Amino acid sequence: MSSEILTGSHFVHGDWACAEGAIAAGCRFYAAYPITPATEIAERMALRLPRIGGNFIQFEDELGAIASVIGASYSGVKAMTATSGPGISLMLENIGLAIMTEAPCVVVNVMRGGPSTGQPTVGSQSDVMQCRWGTHGDVEIIALVPDSVQEMFDLTVEAFNLSEEYRLPVFLLADANIGHMYEKLVIPPKRDIRIVDRKRPTISRERYQPFEADEGLVPPMANFGDGYRFYATGLTHDAMGYPDMSVEAQDQLVRRLCDKIRNNVDRISRFEEVMVDDCDVLVVAYGITARSAARAVRVAREEGIKAGLLRLISVWPFPERKIEGLASSVKGVVVSEMNYGQIVREVERAVRPTPVSFIPKLGENPPRPDEILAAIRGVEV
Amino acid sequence: MSGGRMSHPLGEYLRMDRFPHIWCQGCGLGIILHAYVDALRELEYDLDKVVTISGIGCAGRASGYVNTDAFHTTHGRAIPFATGVSLSRPDLKPVIISGDGDLFAIGGNHLIHAARRNVDMLVICSNNFNYGMTGAQFGPTTPHASRSPTSPYGNIEHPFNLVSLVASAGASMVSRWTVFHVHMLRNAIKKGLRKRGFSFIEVVSPCPTGYGRLNRLGNVEMMRELRRICRIKKVHPTEATIDPDGEIVIGDFVDIERPTYNEVVESLARRAEG
Repeated sequence: MSSEILTGSHFVHGDWACAEGAIAAGCRFYAAYPITPATEIAERMALRLPRIGGNFIQFEDELGAIASVIGASYSGVKAMTATSGPGISLMLENIGLAIMTEAPCVVVNVMRGGPSTGQPTVGSQSDVMQCRWGTHGDVEIIALVPDSVQEMFDLTVEAFNLSEEYRLPVFLLADANIGHMYEKLVIPPKRDIRIVDRKRPTISRERYQPFEADEGLVPPMANFGDGYRFYATGLTHDAMGYPDMSVEAQDQLVRRLCDKIRNNVDRISRFEEVMVDDCDVLVVAYGITARSAARAVRVAREEGIKAGLLRLISVWPFPERKIEGLASSVKGVVVSEMNYGQIVREVERAVRPTPVSFIPKLGENPPRPDEILAAIRGVEV
Repeated sequence: MSGGRMSHPLGEYLRMDRFPHIWCQGCGLGIILHAYVDALRELEYDLDKVVTISGIGCAGRASGYVNTDAFHTTHGRAIPFATGVSLSRPDLKPVIISGDGDLFAIGGNHLIHAARRNVDMLVICSNNFNYGMTGAQFGPTTPHASRSPTSPYGNIEHPFNLVSLVASAGASMVSRWTVFHVHMLRNAIKKGLRKRGFSFIEVVSPCPTGYGRLNRLGNVEMMRELRRICRIKKVHPTEATIDPDGEIVIGDFVDIERPTYNEVVESLARRAEG
């Protein structure tokens, strides 16, 4: 139990896999407030972190949890919090602080039905736009969407790597179905797990400017206690980190914070393509919904319909050009998600004028394969 | 940093390229900042081992003037940010300089819980009886019946007694001084920097632009008042009254030893591994 990486095969739920993925990625600080359906991540971290030199702290609320995660990140420790939609609502201001001060960290949302207290024990995918646009101001973010217990592990590792590379909070957007699902998980040996660490400054304290970025637009990051004695603020700031209320400072900073993601959409985007090369009907899905979609596409092929699936593994930044390219040769697009219409709007924008049919699902169950199949059959080819 | 001009005796401790500061004439925050860096100097404190953290408001700008690692958080969240620092780097001392509104209204929940856990940090709270930055609205420390833009008929609420609240939440060190009592304030900060656990210093500080103007007190008069009405007493924090129209009891009220959160975490790690 005290080993850092539990290499081997396990039969576990998604929240367990997420916690172990975080530990394997090097996470040594976890702060959270209990909330269904993410509590199991906290319980696993409370058990595991004290044994491997990490810190677990249960906060008085989600506002405190995310603030402490940023403090830990700036102290040089990989840090994570996990919650559900109501908790994200409380965290959004400090998620903005983490974006503004470029604090690498991972924020897990095991999505349940909303709005408000909604359906605590029931899975959903209705926080996709909340994570994209919830905090105020112009932002770009990264969000990964696992479709299996295995991906809960793999994408948690990936979320840490992306947060360290691009210096921002990275969302793992899981649905409660995946969080609570039991499946086989294979944890690879340590040497096979790719770990990325933040770029550190190599210049002297006197010459160090904490927010001076190179052409990659991501500044090297000193940690508290390294002797750099830097200052960081949620106010608009210059390369020194000092508050600057000028038009130029706002323009430069907001552009850089957004462009470091926009310029790398192709490097960040992750997706799986199933039989898309010759397809007439393109299905776009993610998370638990994609598993029904995969089945529907296979059955459609057996029926002679040329259907293909684009499974999004990252939803933000949105792989607009990829979908636009795929859609240029299809007759119609089918989108299904467990909400009343969120990612479908992005898809519609990207594939216009190709028609898009949408299957919303509200409440407990993901769409059944036959529901998606019916939509595939409904496309005029 | 000091440029070609006459160097400041505390220049090593300050970001001299950030001056002049943003604070109004007669504001007590400059005195608090001076007392803090003077305490660091007198202790010969390793500046690489302290992280100055603040929230939002006039006092929130203090972290930007100190030549240590420093972070300006969102409103009310300096303490949980500092908790993340304290647990991740127990060799660093988080020092929070923030205002009464930031620490006791929007951030009040974090403050009592950090005191309860006894997380190792020093909190210096400038109490100017109002929200200065936004224009002197009443807050959790504003005396009953005082006028403010959001209490034009007089404050219908009653204020917290900060030292009593923090002491009952479990802090290891609790003091109240004022910007008139500079030497005692500096000594309290020195004590707080060396203390392990949650230390809290309330600093009563004039806001002549806000609270003072609306309640017809000039800046010099406000300092004179602090001298006239403050009494140093060795009392239980619940008896440390604070009444700007009557008496303000100042002094060091709590100085106890109890296991810090950081120490508890270390012993937990030994038990978990064993």
